[in-house]
Amino acid sequence: MIETLLQSLQDSVIGTAIGGGATLFPWIECAHVLALTTVIGSIALVDLRLIGVVSRGRSVAQVTDEALPLTWSAFAVAVITGALMFVSNAVAYGHNSFFLIKLTLIALAGLNMAVYQGFLSRGAEDWVNTESTPLRARVAGAISLSLWVGIAAAGRWIGFTMGAVA
Amino acid sequence: MGTLNAFCTWLAQTRLSQGIQTTEWIIPAIQTVHILCVAAVMTSVLLLNLRLLGLRARDQPFDSLAARFVPVIWWSLPILLTTGVILIIAEPGRAPQNPVFLLKMGLLSAAVVLTSICRRPLRKDAAFWDQASGRRWAGRLLAGISLALWIGIVCAGRWIAYVQVA
Repeated sequence: MIETLLQSLQDSVIGTAIGGGATLFPWIECAHVLALTTVIGSIALVDLRLIGVVSRGRSVAQVTDEALPLTWSAFAVAVITGALMFVSNAVAYGHNSFFLIKLTLIALAGLNMAVYQGFLSRGAEDWVNTESTPLRARVAGAISLSLWVGIAAAGRWIGFTMGAVA
Repeated sequence: MGTLNAFCTWLAQTRLSQGIQTTEWIIPAIQTVHILCVAAVMTSVLLLNLRLLGLRARDQPFDSLAARFVPVIWWSLPILLTTGVILIIAEPGRAPQNPVFLLKMGLLSAAVVLTSICRRPLRKDAAFWDQASGRRWAGRLLAGISLALWIGIVCAGRWIAYVQVA
């Protein structure tokens, strides 16, 4: 069932166009790298502020407002370009452990963010320095940062385990 | 080019290069560190240039934004250079004679010079880029060029892997 789906994705017009040519895939990869570095960098800005390493002169709420619009727009680009690369070689990606690890880590990062936004971030306007940032928020920041480092690493390892250009 | 070719051939046969080439996890690990630093630079560059373009963070004076994010670029560059050099030692055939690698280094030098130019007048006058409309337009022009350069650097970085030198 899944095998058939993966194979038909790969055989689709989009799949063969990206997988068959020599230039489309690298250009999509460039857009993916630009997007994912923006996602990770902007999230790391918030995480490092929560932990208390950077931007300590600004409240957590201010730093979040500054970073998250970048995160979301770049995340949309990363998902679209990621999906296009996936389709070009769906069967192999579907069986690649690092690809599955990466998706799992992204889901965990999303869950961590939802918990933080939903329950932990109340009062973030008043977290103006490290002392006033509660421990629970700092832990959420540390978890997020570790997950995104893992996501970047898993992404890089996909390239080395697909048997294609790294 | 003859000397460079000979150097790369020699480098590829050194024990250091051989060691990195035969230890599977080193290259993706170094690339992960490299890409995390690219994330730090990209996010800083975006926040700074979007502010100069007047698209975001208009409530913040440019010099305070520059004080927060220009150092991130300067601190990331030595790590990017170090990890970049290790990647060259690991795969000498991939970089120094590769035209895309040379393009990347050219764009990088231009971006570094441009970033210094943007920062310099702020020492004497914190609101330099926000004053007369002529300066605002100059700031926007510099921001546009800077964004184009950094996007070019990232794309060239990815294309190094696809343009193989015979």
